[in-house]
Amino acid sequence: MEIGAMEIGLGHYLTVAAILFTLGIFGIFLNRKNVIIILMSIELMLLAVNINLVAFSSFLGDLTGQVFALFILTVAAAEAAIGLAILVVYFRNRGSIAVEDINLMKG
Amino acid sequence: MIQALAFYLFAAVTVASGVMVISSRNPVHSVLFLILAFFNAAALFVLLGAEFLAMILIVVYVGAVAVLFLFVVMMLDINFVELRQGFARYLPIGAAIGLVLLAEIFLAVGAWTVIPVTADSSITPIPPMNEVTNTHALGALIYTHYVYLFQTAGLILLVAMIGAIVLTLRSRSDVKRQSVDEQNARRPEDVVEVVKVGRGGGV
Repeated sequence: MEIGAMEIGLGHYLTVAAILFTLGIFGIFLNRKNVIIILMSIELMLLAVNINLVAFSSFLGDLTGQVFALFILTVAAAEAAIGLAILVVYFRNRGSIAVEDINLMKG
Repeated sequence: MIQALAFYLFAAVTVASGVMVISSRNPVHSVLFLILAFFNAAALFVLLGAEFLAMILIVVYVGAVAVLFLFVVMMLDINFVELRQGFARYLPIGAAIGLVLLAEIFLAVGAWTVIPVTADSSITPIPPMNEVTNTHALGALIYTHYVYLFQTAGLILLVAMIGAIVLTLRSRSDVKRQSVDEQNARRPEDVVEVVKVGRGGGV
């Protein structure tokens, strides 16, 4: 095997991120009833986006991608906190977290 | 060579733990595999030269977000077996949509080539690693160019914190609690009564 084939390029990182993102979407379909796993799948998808941003930042030599990844991290942390708080309140009121029970507003 | 080996190791563990997050029977195991995925993604960030983000990923995600998930999973008394019903029913359509999406991503990104950029074409170039550390460079950028966005991020976190507290705080009437205000507002003349007791008589 030649040396050049072992070189890790941008495509390798993008592949990992694409697989992780797809796993996140797959997880939402697979665990349609469990809100906690759905929130974890969303975290996986955000992680994939961050890997994409950092990979582009590194290979294009531009620091802005890492700044963006930092802000996405902030928003993801806020989203997880609010989502879990809503989940706790919902469980207190209804005694269940099944997604199909969340139809009070008939939206 | 060693970098390629490290990349394949971390990438494989990240993807494998991602699979375990969505397919694990026990949600606690899901959270633990999520932590493993975050650790390996942080290692990938280190390979890419983004050390600050790697450390933030470990501190914020593993230290705060994943532990928050763990608390909620353990605090709520949920029958997770019941929630897993329909797992096999949704498997084919979920897998089909996932595979279609993956194929679309590969078709879209695979046909696209990056133009080799010259160093001066980027607006905020990464300074050489042996002169300025990644943390220093990021700080010099965040506190100058992106200071408004940085402040906004802080406001978002503040709003999220207040929102989470407002949502989950409740006053329970069935629990006796100490009220410091009431204790401090208590005056002797309100509660102490001096009674003149006559000889041979009761109060």
